[in-house]
Amino acid sequence: MTNQISLTVNSKPYTVDAVPSETLSTLLRERLRLTGTKIGCEEAECGACTVLVDGEPMMSCVYPAERANGKTVTTIEGLAERVHEEMKLHPLQEAFVEHGAVQCGFCIPGQIMTAYALLKRNPNPNSADIRFALKDTLCRCAGYPSIENAIIAAAEALRTGEPVKLPTHIPDSVHEHKTVGRKHLRPEAVEKVTGEAIYTDDLKFDGMLYAKAKRAMIPHGFLKKLDVSKAKALKGVVAVLTATDVPAEKNHGLVIYDWPVMVRIGERVRYVGDALAIVAAQSEEIAEQAAALIEAEFDLQPVITNPVMARQADVPQIHEKGNLLKHIKVRKGDMEKGFASADVILEHTFHTQTTDHAFIEPECSIAVPLADGRMEIYVGSQIPYQDRTQVARVMGWDEERVRIVGQLMGGGFGGKEDVMGQIHVAMLAAATKRPVKLLFDRHESLLVHPKRHATQIRVKIGAKKDGRLVACETELYGDTGAYASLGEKVMTRATTHSAGPYDIEHVRADCFAMYTNNPPSGAFRGFGVTQSAFAVESMMDKLAESLNIDPVELRRINALHVGSITNTGQELKESVGLMECIDRVDAEMRKHDPHPFAPKVDPSNPDIVRAWGFAAAYKNTGLGGGAPDISGADVELYADGTFQVRSSAAELGQGLVTVMRLTVAEEMGVEPDQVRVLVMDTDLTPNGGPTTASRQTFVTGNASRYAAKTLRDEIAASMAEKFDIRPEKIRFEGGVVHVNGHSMTYAEIYKEMTAMGQHPRVRYEYEAPKTQPLGTGGDMHFAFSFGVQAAEVEVNKLTGEVSVLKVISANDVGMAINPLGLQGQVEGGVMMGLGNCITEEFIVDNGNVVTDRLARYRMPGIMLTPEITSIIVEHPIAAGPYGAKGVGEISSIPTTPAITNAIYNAVGVRVDKLPVDQEMIARELWMRESAASS
Amino acid sequence: MNLWQEYKRPVSVPEAVQALASAAGPALPVAGGTDLLLDLKQGRHTPVHTLVDLTFIPEMSALEARGDSLFIGAAVPVNRVALDPLTAAHAQALVEACNLIAGPQVRNTATLGGNVAHALPAADGTIALTALNAETEVASVTGTRRMPFTSLFAGPGKSVIDKTKEIIVGFYLPLSTPHSASCFKRIMRPQGVALPILNCAVWLERDGDIVGDIRIAVGPGGSTPFRANDAEGTLEGKTLTEETFNLTLDALLAQAKFRDSARRASAEYRRHIVGGLFKDVLYTAWGRT
Repeated sequence: MTNQISLTVNSKPYTVDAVPSETLSTLLRERLRLTGTKIGCEEAECGACTVLVDGEPMMSCVYPAERANGKTVTTIEGLAERVHEEMKLHPLQEAFVEHGAVQCGFCIPGQIMTAYALLKRNPNPNSADIRFALKDTLCRCAGYPSIENAIIAAAEALRTGEPVKLPTHIPDSVHEHKTVGRKHLRPEAVEKVTGEAIYTDDLKFDGMLYAKAKRAMIPHGFLKKLDVSKAKALKGVVAVLTATDVPAEKNHGLVIYDWPVMVRIGERVRYVGDALAIVAAQSEEIAEQAAALIEAEFDLQPVITNPVMARQADVPQIHEKGNLLKHIKVRKGDMEKGFASADVILEHTFHTQTTDHAFIEPECSIAVPLADGRMEIYVGSQIPYQDRTQVARVMGWDEERVRIVGQLMGGGFGGKEDVMGQIHVAMLAAATKRPVKLLFDRHESLLVHPKRHATQIRVKIGAKKDGRLVACETELYGDTGAYASLGEKVMTRATTHSAGPYDIEHVRADCFAMYTNNPPSGAFRGFGVTQSAFAVESMMDKLAESLNIDPVELRRINALHVGSITNTGQELKESVGLMECIDRVDAEMRKHDPHPFAPKVDPSNPDIVRAWGFAAAYKNTGLGGGAPDISGADVELYADGTFQVRSSAAELGQGLVTVMRLTVAEEMGVEPDQVRVLVMDTDLTPNGGPTTASRQTFVTGNASRYAAKTLRDEIAASMAEKFDIRPEKIRFEGGVVHVNGHSMTYAEIYKEMTAMGQHPRVRYEYEAPKTQPLGTGGDMHFAFSFGVQAAEVEVNKLTGEVSVLKVISANDVGMAINPLGLQGQVEGGVMMGLGNCITEEFIVDNGNVVTDRLARYRMPGIMLTPEITSIIVEHPIAAGPYGAKGVGEISSIPTTPAITNAIYNAVGVRVDKLPVDQEMIARELWMRESAASS
Repeated sequence: MNLWQEYKRPVSVPEAVQALASAAGPALPVAGGTDLLLDLKQGRHTPVHTLVDLTFIPEMSALEARGDSLFIGAAVPVNRVALDPLTAAHAQALVEACNLIAGPQVRNTATLGGNVAHALPAADGTIALTALNAETEVASVTGTRRMPFTSLFAGPGKSVIDKTKEIIVGFYLPLSTPHSASCFKRIMRPQGVALPILNCAVWLERDGDIVGDIRIAVGPGGSTPFRANDAEGTLEGKTLTEETFNLTLDALLAQAKFRDSARRASAEYRRHIVGGLFKDVLYTAWGRT
């Protein structure tokens, strides 16, 4: 007899048959098709799946569906009311939209449901109540302050019946324009708060099969035998493919094609995540069972566990060309002369850990074969056109035969640049002629995708007594893991930035980017500079102490300025807002404490000590190093007078679509909601290049802007011809076009132009200013962003526990095109930096991943969120759109050294290995105490 | 995923133990399920045939005063334990522990029964119940019996309860007396699994300046939830001073067996910081009497 489940969901009664092993989240998502409830971890860790059961928030991923019998369930789809045709948002939903609390949107249903339950119980929560309630509802975009503000605003609106109060603390740009630089909402914010937003895993196609990859699960060895017969024989399995089924190119990769699609018998397994076989089956369960039935035998090899070991003589060479991916060199001046002229020379070695992006949405790809032989691939990817190339190479097809249909992305942070499931689903869909979906669970996501490079950094720095830096020598070892991914590029950035944002005459840096048997490392917000900034900014504070100079003053003395020559020989000609960042953070910090770096003992508890720390950084915008940096955008006018702007740049939550919309609205003189944005579709949108290196606001912002300008010129030319006036007499303002004393709507313009045989559509390919390769001198980058942060910490001298109380963050972004989105980038940047410093460590033990569950890999939640003060500095760069440059990475880079410098200032313990280990701090302190008392 | 085939929702304790006994294959009781379901999903536990859901049994969801005891059903979500006025009045340490277990969503399903059944030597709820001198009611097909709380544990992760046959029904805590109070606190590290480095619960009675009856629990101070009996004996009947505190701490350190937990805390670190935590908990409880 089958049990039945009767439950009420969003006021609607349902009775369904019970399915063994089913959780409530699966019932909601798969059977009731309420896909607003998201799955981030299936471990009851992230909170994305939160729904209310009888009014209480629950993790639906570990809630047995049968337990819901007789209960009332509320999901995100149940909050907004449909009043006639209009959706009337719940005040919480409205407040999340208005306060910029929505970024990638994937965690938002969980955030809103948790907050909804809180407000039912407590209509007037304070900050502590909100933090307590949202403790385990994680947001990796980490706009926690905005989430908190949104909840407070919604609570007030619910209590008073007044409209939701808008945020007042987010300033518009100092550079005045009609549309850009002012607060506008994300175009996709509303669908993200109602649960209507569709991410890849929410899609279903007729006849869709489910895929699973068999992973090697050994770090190093040769594949001796592979037996797929049991998997093939399992009922419900439709296809099992191995390396011998790869149609054309055997490897994929972003720069170097060194990563096998699957490992062939006799070939080398280089990390636990290597794929050996792929399965497509009728259900996820069967695919999983089948993968488990595949048997592999290996000839195990010694494991290369770190980059220093990888460079030793006589160790196994993981790749044909050896373990050295790249020796990167920076040379400036004369080191001997430099150090000879120094009054003080300090040297220290630092270690940074591997970290994981831990975007809340795990990787998902769906391939759909079309009748004409083409293949569509639905995926959230940071580089759609690269996906297309890589899939086509492996399939042996023309690129045009593949269409990447980019989906909303639940975060990326650099972790969705490499191909994960895209090729595998294409192969399986081609073999089965059916749609195939490959969804990673959190475990597979943690094992397989590239991480942040663990790095060893030695810094030797020399200065004059007056604080002037004269020489800096660094040596880095970067762990790029099993495959190159973007390792060479990342470690190049780590190296070129390793002497900090300072004007130093003599600089030498050497980096060895090494292959190991750890999971690959690749792009991750900060792109290598996160690591080297920690080392050099720690050294700056050590230097300040030994010279007895205020740490802020030491940075002022040496800060890059207009006219400085960077370590790679580039003269900075404009847009160097570093000094203003230093000054403004310093002033803000000293408002809190005139002696910020002196330790302050808590009067109520002598074990608690507080102090501030300070750090500065810079980060290039754009690819640089001689790579052509190009983005294309289309702008098209439609019959109804609206516009669409299109580019295959990626929206991963950072707010690019808002930037594109505002830019086109500005140029065409229309309201933003007149402009629709389409991104990430290789059939419909021109190539925007990779979404990496904080480049999209600059390049796709410019492409959108110039496309719109060109369209305006074309409209002007047409109307000039038609009405026989000079084109410059035509004005674009107030949503209409002023021609010859009367105004025409854009719908009329469309009509006139099409009548004249013209189509109001423009494609513009923007190429950023040329750059030079490292080592050739000249401009290695076309723009740099600058950032300064100060952090106040509290350290418990007994236990070594550290908490971050306040962070002040100033970022020179050139021009704030999208202030609401920028706020999210600043908050999220600080929190990701705080995680890098305090909570996060991806642990690999002899090639085996220890942190293979989210429960073992801790990202900071709302409880750890300090008070964040954002200061926007806007030194415009002429080539940028309205003067803008990138912000995505710089906002995260100075956080770690600001915190570790603060720890030193509080208790005198220098953290030189990340993450901060409270036991190490406690131990140092008790050893000192016992040394002092003996 | 094949985790279970049949899901039973008994409405009484006898029905539940019967469901375990009569299942067509391996069977386990499930209360909150926040640990068990993950163990099943992640392959740490072999799939079962039958899950017996305990949350539909009124007796096991009861939280009420019974005679001179406070009864807390083993299937009461820890969030209810944390919010109920009865626990606030009689079991402050337990309230504090329950407020720190996981996050709010998990607390809405997770139960004290599950916390105890996992038999971890530093589970927050378990350490609080140890200091509160809970008695445990256990049911099997032969009937129910009461067991002293600390006798439930056989080793780290091992309880004496046979989960395939027996069910923890609930816990009986002595009602508080006019001059008694309790407190629970813990020390965490921000990385890795969310298990405490150390936790500590103290319950005590106060007679003017004299410490009366006292119970001290520290996790992980041994392979099972640890009662610091020697320390209790040292302080009982004494005035609480710096000197008696230090003697008590010495006794605690002499008796506790701290261990190294990979990537979490060394035994040495635990020994160094337990004094501060114990002092904080003891004096807070003292101040509450």
